[in-house]
Parts: sequence; C-alpha cells; structure tokens
Amino acid sequence: MTDELITRLAADLKPLPRSAMQRLLLSAVALSGIIAAIAMIMWLGMRPDMDTATGTMMFWSKFAYTLSIAALGFCATLVLARPDGRTRWPWLAALALLGLLVIGAVFQLTRAGPGEMMPLIVGGTSLVCPWRIVVLSLPILFAAILVLRRLAPANPTLAGFAAGIMAGGTGAWVYSFACAENGMMFVALFYTLGIVLVGGLGALLGRFLLRW
Amino acid sequence: MQTDPTEMRLRSLMLASLDGDAAAYRSLLAELGRHLRPYFTRRLTPAFASHAEDLVQETLLAIHTRRLTYDRNRPFTAWFHAVAHHKFVDHVRRQSIRLTVPLEDDAPVIAHDDSADTLARRDLNIVLETVPPRTGDLIRRTRVDGASIAEAAAVHGMSETAAKVSIHRGLKALITRFAGGPK
Repeated sequence: MTDELITRLAADLKPLPRSAMQRLLLSAVALSGIIAAIAMIMWLGMRPDMDTATGTMMFWSKFAYTLSIAALGFCATLVLARPDGRTRWPWLAALALLGLLVIGAVFQLTRAGPGEMMPLIVGGTSLVCPWRIVVLSLPILFAAILVLRRLAPANPTLAGFAAGIMAGGTGAWVYSFACAENGMMFVALFYTLGIVLVGGLGALLGRFLLRW
Repeated sequence: MQTDPTEMRLRSLMLASLDGDAAAYRSLLAELGRHLRPYFTRRLTPAFASHAEDLVQETLLAIHTRRLTYDRNRPFTAWFHAVAHHKFVDHVRRQSIRLTVPLEDDAPVIAHDDSADTLARRDLNIVLETVPPRTGDLIRRTRVDGASIAEAAAVHGMSETAAKVSIHRGLKALITRFAGGPK
C-alpha cells in the first residue's frame, strides 16, 4: 500500500524552482492588488487634489505606513505558511511603526491651531474609512487564503491573521490614493482599525479554511 | 554547518528531489516511511495502533503536496518532524471529536448489570426486617453503607460496645434463620 503510494508520488514529481513559495504569494498579492486598485478607481476615484498631494508630507506618510505594514504582513505570512514557522519580529516592527506614527501625530497636533484639532483626528470620513479599507482588502485576502491552502501553516489561525494584516495593509495603501484626509492621528486610528479588522477576518477564515 | 549524518543524507536527497530527481525522491520517501511508522506506533494508544499506517501515508502525501514550504537553507529533519507532528496532532484532534472504541473493549458494558444490585437490595431489606428495627439499621449502616461502629452507635445514642453486641446478635440470628444455624 505505502509502496504503491511512494511509486505514484515519485511519478508525479515535478521540479520546483527556488523560492517558489515567495513567487506564488507575491504574484497573488500583485494580481489581487491590481483588482483592488481598479475597484478603488471605479468606486471611489482618485482624490481630486492628487497633483498637489504628491508634494505633501502627509501623502507620503500614509503611503509609507500602509505599504510597510503590507510588507511586514507579507514577511510574517511567508514564515507562518511553513510547518516549522515561528516569527515575532514582523509584529514588533509593525507595533514600532504604529508607535512612530502616533508620535508624529502628537507632534502634528501640538503645532495645529485649536480649530484644526478635530479635523486632524476624526476628519470627515472616519465612519466609512475602515469599511472601505476592508472592502478593498477582500480580493487580496481571498487570493492569499487560496495560496495558503496549498501551503502548510503550523498554526492556521495565526497564518490567516498574518495574511489579513498583509491584505489590510495593501488595501489601505490602495485606499490612500482615494483618501484626502490630512491627519496623522486619523491614519493611526482609522487606517489601523481597518487593517486590524481585515486581520481578524483573516484569522477567522484561516481557522476554518487553512486546516491541512 | 549541519554535521548530523542522517540530516545531511536526507537533506541532499530532498534537494535533489526538489530539482526533479525521481530516484532520489523515491528513496527519500521510503526512508521517511521507515522513520514514520515507529514514530506513530509509539505515540498511538494500542486501541489506535491500526491507524499508524494511515498516518504514514497521510504524512507522505502532505510532504509531497506541500514540499514547496521546505526552505532549502534550513534543516530538513526539522521540517519533516513538524509535518509529522502536525499530522499526529490533527489525528488526535479528529479522534477526540468522533471517539471510537474497538470491539474487544465492548465486553465490560454487559459485564455489570445494575438491576441485579436492585434485586439484592430488595432481598436484603426483607431479611433485615426479621430482626429488631434498631439492630437492622445498625447492620445496614455498618456492613452495607460502610459506616464505622462508632458512627452507627452515635446515630442511635448508644455506646459502641452495646452497638457491637447488638450487631453481633442480629447477624447470629440471621445466620441461624437463613444458613441453617451455626455449625
């Protein structure tokens, strides 16, 4: 019985390229990221002041924060997709990044006039922002879960969470091109909330879909 | 870096397999199977020992379908052990949900009949009614319910010695009536 199985498996063997797993996950994220970007343009449209926004510090802090979180989520997902995978540094780095953003936000608030405080914290879109990030992250999350189903996560829930943080970061990055908010505290609160929601959804999906 | 001979041999077989060497792959899987069989047999309770071969096959299949999760720069035996461990834990978890018991273990279910106890209890009640009520109660407390003579005596407000004498006399009367008298 087992000998037959070994013969069948050996007949089915195909050479694997080096870093096949990294390429698989990266191409899935890139493809679904393009879908999210198209969805963003058709649904919300680019922010109207795009020309001047690229010259502001705020645009690039949103850009860097979300893209870094996505990259850290990618690194964590790659490690946690292995049966012997354990990692902590991406989580610590993401927390450090959030801490940095909060410090910047406090600095921005101390320099703001009394009338400008609330717009920098709550903005005008705080109620929709996290949900838009969740929606734009869904294609990336589904693509990542599909890839992870072919891998071997030691802890399905944790791997799903990492995939969710990666998808949330990418979705938030796509959303940052549509969002005209200028408060660092706004980003620290509501972008982070959206990303964490996607992380929770990923953990839930992972728990049920990533068993192997 | 790695000096363990098993690790070095298995890892070089795995690296050749990932590059598409079917002969290396075949001997790798055969050797892994030989490691897995005792690994699972040792960990399974005797009732589930027959599942060891299934687990070996499941693990070999997982190694095949998920071989792209092996990082070529890391020790192979650690990866292999993690896959086997995962399969074992998964097996235990599934068994705890749908726990099955082998046929041999079914015997004790019919070995003990609760209604026989009830009948014996009824007979005992009838027999104890033939001695004075206080003596009957003392006998029941000390010989059936497992109370000490001191406890039974305290319930009836009598001395331990008196209770002892009462129990002795009661039992003697019962033996005379039901066992054909003292020999």
